[in-house]
Amino acid sequence: MTKSTSPPRISLAGVILGGLVILGLVAAGIRYVYGIGAISNLSDGYSWGFWISFDLLCGVALAAGGFMVAGAVHILNLKEFRPLLRPAVLTAFLGYVMVAVALLVDLGRPERIWHMIIYWNPHSVLFEVGWCVMLYLTVLFLEFLPVLSERSRWSGALRVLHAITLPLVILGVVLSTLHQSSLGSLYLIMSTKLHALWYSPLLPLYFFLTAASVGVAMVIVESSISSRVFRRGLEVGLLGQLARVVPWLLGVYLVLKFGELAVAGEFGLLFSSGLMSGLFWLEIIVGVLAPAVLFARESVRKSASRLLTGALLLVGGVVLNRFDVSLLALAHRAGASYFPHWMEFAVTASILSAGVLVFGWVARTFPLFEAEPDETGKMAAAGTVAD
Amino acid sequence: MSSPAMLYDLTKCVGCHFCEIACQMNKDLPADTTLQSFHVVEQGSGSNLKRAVRRHQCMHCLNPACASACPVSALHKTSEGPVVYDAARCIGCRYCMNACPFGVPKFDWDHGLAEGASIHKCTMCADRQAEGLLPACVEACPTGAVTFGTREKMLAEASSRIAKNPGRYIDHIYGETEAGGTSVLILSHIDFGELGLPKLGTDPIPTITETVMSGTLPFAFGWAAVLTGVTVAFRWRERRIQEKEGARS
Repeated sequence: MTKSTSPPRISLAGVILGGLVILGLVAAGIRYVYGIGAISNLSDGYSWGFWISFDLLCGVALAAGGFMVAGAVHILNLKEFRPLLRPAVLTAFLGYVMVAVALLVDLGRPERIWHMIIYWNPHSVLFEVGWCVMLYLTVLFLEFLPVLSERSRWSGALRVLHAITLPLVILGVVLSTLHQSSLGSLYLIMSTKLHALWYSPLLPLYFFLTAASVGVAMVIVESSISSRVFRRGLEVGLLGQLARVVPWLLGVYLVLKFGELAVAGEFGLLFSSGLMSGLFWLEIIVGVLAPAVLFARESVRKSASRLLTGALLLVGGVVLNRFDVSLLALAHRAGASYFPHWMEFAVTASILSAGVLVFGWVARTFPLFEAEPDETGKMAAAGTVAD
Repeated sequence: MSSPAMLYDLTKCVGCHFCEIACQMNKDLPADTTLQSFHVVEQGSGSNLKRAVRRHQCMHCLNPACASACPVSALHKTSEGPVVYDAARCIGCRYCMNACPFGVPKFDWDHGLAEGASIHKCTMCADRQAEGLLPACVEACPTGAVTFGTREKMLAEASSRIAKNPGRYIDHIYGETEAGGTSVLILSHIDFGELGLPKLGTDPIPTITETVMSGTLPFAFGWAAVLTGVTVAFRWRERRIQEKEGARS
C-alpha cells in the first residue's frame, strides 16, 4: 500500500500466475495419459462443457477487439484510434492462441488437429470455424509482427509488412465476421435441443453483433488494466469515442431478438420458462440493455470508471449468453448432469495466466503502447501515448 | 431408393440382450463397451400397464446430422444405407455427439494419447453387409423383433403389421419421416415420447446449417469487396481534403 509496493506486488502476481500455469500443465499431462475423463466431468451426455463454453466461445468473442480496432483504423481510416491498435491486436492474437491451446486439451485427438486441412467437409460449420481461426491467427501474427521487429534491422521485411497492411486487415475483418458468426451457426444443428428463447436461424448474426460489441468492451477493460499495471495514461477520450458504436450494435441486436420472438409468437416464453426466463432477462437487462444505455450517455463516455463499469457488464452479459446457448439452455441426454471438475477450471486458469504473463512480457520488451505508424511507416503525429 | 433398413418391433422384443452380445462379439468390443443401451419403459398402471424394452442405437438417418457436422468427414452415409465412421480421420471434437438428435455417438473418455480416443456408434454392420451377411443383431434376435430388408419392404411390412393387428400398435412408424427419414424404423405399443425418442419434424436436421454454409463463400467475397470499397473511398476522401487544403494555403 505504501512506498515501493510495485516490484514485490508484480513478482507475487508472477509467482501466482506461474503456479497456475504449472497446475494446468500437470492437469494436461494427466489428461494426455489417462484421457479427458480423468480431469473433467464430461460424459457422453455432456460431451461439450466448460472448455467449449468459456475457452472457445467466450475466448473468441472477447478477442473481437482486434478486428474492431484494426477495421476502424485502417478501413474507416479513423487514425485517432491508432494508439489503441497494438494492444488490441496483441490481446486478440494471444486470445486466439489461448483458444487454440485450450482446444489441444479438449480435442480427443489433438495430434490430428491438422486433419482439418486435408479432410474437408464444406457442410460442417466447425470445418469453417477451424479454417477461419487458423487463417485469422496467421493474419493477427502478421499484423503484430511489425511491433516485434521494429527495433530489429529487418527493415526489408518491415516494408513488406507495411505494404500488405490493408489487404491483411480486410482479410482479418472478413475472417472475423465469418467465424464470430459461425460460432453461433454451430448451434443451428442443435435446433431440436436448444431452448426457443435462444434458438434462432439468426444465431450467427446475434453472435456477430454481440462479439463486435464485447470486442469494444474488452478494449476498454484491457486499457484500464494496462493503465494501472504499467502506470501509463488512459485514453479515456478515445475509449469513449470507440464505445459510441456499442449502443447501435446492441440496439440492432435487441430489436432483432425481440422482433423475432414477437413474429414467432413466443413472447409467452419470456415469462413462462422458469429458470430459463430468468437467465434470459438477466442476460438482456444487465448484460445488454444496461451497457447499451450507459455507453449512449456522454457523461459515461467521459468517465474512466463508468466506462469500465459498462464494459464489465457487457463482458458479463456476453459470457452468460455463450454459456446459455452452449450449456444452460441446451437440452442434454436423458439423465445426464454436469458441473465442471476443478481441473477443468485449472486448465482454463492456467491458459489465462500464461496469456497474462506473455502480454506483460511483450508490453515490457516491445514498443506495444506506441501508436501504430501509418502505411508509409511514419509514426502518427499523435505519437506516443499520453492523456 | 432400395437402401437397406432395419425394422425394430418393440412388441416382439423381450429384452434378452442377445443382439448386444452379438454386436460386441462381431465388433470385438470389450464386455463393458456397448454400442446400444436398453431402457425398460412402463406406461399406464394396473391392468392397463404396458411395458417395453427399448434398444437405443444409431437410427442411420437418411440425411444424418452427425455426418454433416463432422469437420473432417470422418462420418458419412453410404449409398448402401449405414452411417459409417472412419476412426483414422477423427480428431475427437465430439461435435457429432452434440449434433445427433438421438444422442447416439459415444466417446472414449478414458483413453489418453497412447490409446487414442475414438467415437463409437452402430454401423449397421456395413462390413458384414458387404459380405452378404445380415447385421449381427438381426441374425442374433430370437424373437424376430429386428428384421432387415430394403427400406420400402420394411415400411410395407410395418404398415401391414399395424393394419393386421388393430389396437396392438401406435399408428405410426417412427423413422418414416422423422428428420427426413431414418434407416431404422420403429414400431411400438408405447408412446414414442415415453420411449425417449424425440418429436422431430420432417425436415432433415442439417438443412438450416447447410443453407447457411452454402452462403458463406459468396458472403465472404461480397463482404471483402464492400470493405475494399470502403477503404478506398475513405482514403480518396482524405486525399481530396488534403489537396483542397494544399491549394488553399
